[in-house]
Amino acid sequence: MSAAGIEIVLGRRYHFAASHRLHSAKLSAEENRRVYGKCNNPHGHGHNYVLEVQVSGAVDPATGMIANLADLDAYVGREVLEAFDHRNLNEEVAAFRETVPTTENLCREAYARIKGFSAARLVRVRIEETGNNSFEYDGQ
Amino acid sequence: MVTITRKMEFSASHRYDNPAFSPEENRRVFGKCNNPHGHGHNYTLEVTVAGEPDPQTGMVLDLKELKELLEREVMRRMDHRHLNFEVPELAGKIPTCENIARVIWDLLEPQITQGRLHKIRLYESPDLYAECRRNGTGEL
Repeated sequence: MSAAGIEIVLGRRYHFAASHRLHSAKLSAEENRRVYGKCNNPHGHGHNYVLEVQVSGAVDPATGMIANLADLDAYVGREVLEAFDHRNLNEEVAAFRETVPTTENLCREAYARIKGFSAARLVRVRIEETGNNSFEYDGQ
Repeated sequence: MVTITRKMEFSASHRYDNPAFSPEENRRVFGKCNNPHGHGHNYTLEVTVAGEPDPQTGMVLDLKELKELLEREVMRRMDHRHLNFEVPELAGKIPTCENIARVIWDLLEPQITQGRLHKIRLYESPDLYAECRRNGTGEL
């Protein structure tokens, strides 16, 4: 197998805690309760989220790295964690004023925020809402 | 196609230092990973083999054989070793997660004859891993 046939990916996990409420303005109060159940409770609730970021690229022989971890950490910290951590996602993240902050949509928003990282190619993001639920988005 | 994954843990020490860099450059690029006396990790390796189960045995490959291969090629080489000094395959390379994963891939790949090596994931800590996989498999 040639080197060209192998892809190397760097995976990094980050942690943030945030609150949200699943409620769609397009649905009636009854429909919201039926669709979202307790996630529709009026004052919201929170999770300890895990954000897993995968980047790919050539390994620099001088550093042995796809991308310097300190650069990736700083980028994700600035673009995502500062915006999401210990926030109310519905109230404090502009994207979720109109869009329901499900973890599917959170994946898309995180992907859009990290995509501009220039030192490596963003492969995908994966978010664990709890230890039992996880969601992935690869930009497709 | 079915995949099977075997997990294994080993502990090793390493240090990031490029002799072509000045001491200042090494500290800037590698941060605390450049501390002069090195440091260590408990690594977790996940090896995934893909193939069709043998109709006679119901197995893609015998997990016992995979375990023995990992013992021989990875554990004996790397467990309780200093990766900079005691692993010839890493000589001249910065022993990052990316480079260690690639070395492990190259050690295992030719020796897996039942099924084929699909991916390996090497965790340096629960929040950091490198993954080697065949181009185009496009999965986590």
